[in-house]
Amino acid sequence: MYIIVVGGGKVGYYLTLALLGEGHEVLVLEKDAKRCELIAEQLGSVCVRGDGCEARTLADVGTERADMFIAVTDEDEDNLVACQVAKHKFKVPRTIARINNPKNEALFKKLGIDVTVSSTNLILEHIEEEVPTHPLVHLLTLRGGALEIVEVRIPSNSSVVGKRMKEIVFPPESVICLMIGGRGAQVPTGDTILEAEAQVIAVTRPEAEGALRAALTE
Amino acid sequence: MNVVIMGCGRVGAQLAALLDEGGHKVAVLDTEPYSFRRLPSSFNGTALLGDGTDEDSLKKVGIEEADAFVAVTQGDNRNVMAAQIAKHVFNVPKVVCRIYDPLREELYHTLGLETISPTTIGAQMLRDKVIG
Repeated sequence: MYIIVVGGGKVGYYLTLALLGEGHEVLVLEKDAKRCELIAEQLGSVCVRGDGCEARTLADVGTERADMFIAVTDEDEDNLVACQVAKHKFKVPRTIARINNPKNEALFKKLGIDVTVSSTNLILEHIEEEVPTHPLVHLLTLRGGALEIVEVRIPSNSSVVGKRMKEIVFPPESVICLMIGGRGAQVPTGDTILEAEAQVIAVTRPEAEGALRAALTE
Repeated sequence: MNVVIMGCGRVGAQLAALLDEGGHKVAVLDTEPYSFRRLPSSFNGTALLGDGTDEDSLKKVGIEEADAFVAVTQGDNRNVMAAQIAKHVFNVPKVVCRIYDPLREELYHTLGLETISPTTIGAQMLRDKVIG
């Protein structure tokens, strides 16, 4: 695939390194001459000095044949405009923007950016996962944000320990898909008995999260 | 008319003063308090510290009641982003956006934004002066 990366900072650099490693044709656009030199020294001739928001620069690097366009500068507005120019002027099929302010996620989707990656949210989620006392951990938000996959650890003093799945009242549109306990991972049925300290993976709606946590941990 | 202006540079401040003199209700937004010195002492409108690409700042400055929004900061991309927020999130009826880069201006014009490129206009005017 031909992939254009806008922004040769730390994120852009390591992203390019990884994509090159996967055998893709990658081109980095970076405004800063020194950064460009550094990238060229380390990764070979994959960097062009220029503004990834400028249509002329994008035309010069053959954006019309790019399969993917990834903007990872640390300015949200630059990432937005670069992706919009790539999408609307050069018809790049897949545009991906890095977002620094998590509030911009919905906006970028509304404005037609195919994929957004919020570095702030990602770091927050990883911190949540690493904090063992946290009773409910977000694993994945499904496209559109209407459903999410969460993990709940069942405390040994929870009232559901020893009960069958079918005896427990879950909030609407919440489904337990997996229980990982003493006997390994199992896809539960109505007769599966909930074990203390088991990890439960569930699909739920963000608004039902609190009720689901309460149902499993209290 | 109720107008929100993002960016209190020379153009933003002058526009704010003009509209204010014309009896319109004007609110100006800038991230740098020092910029507000450009507003005339007779200015009756509001000057608010804040970032026009941030929905909360825009709400504070009254974007929800605005009839018009003008983006005139130094950054083309900031203007483009703020203008799109005003148009697509807050449904402001009239949104005007300054874009220096003529190519970017052309693109966002075709995408439905009302845009002005001072580069294009300025160059044409200068040419007319030179050619006579």
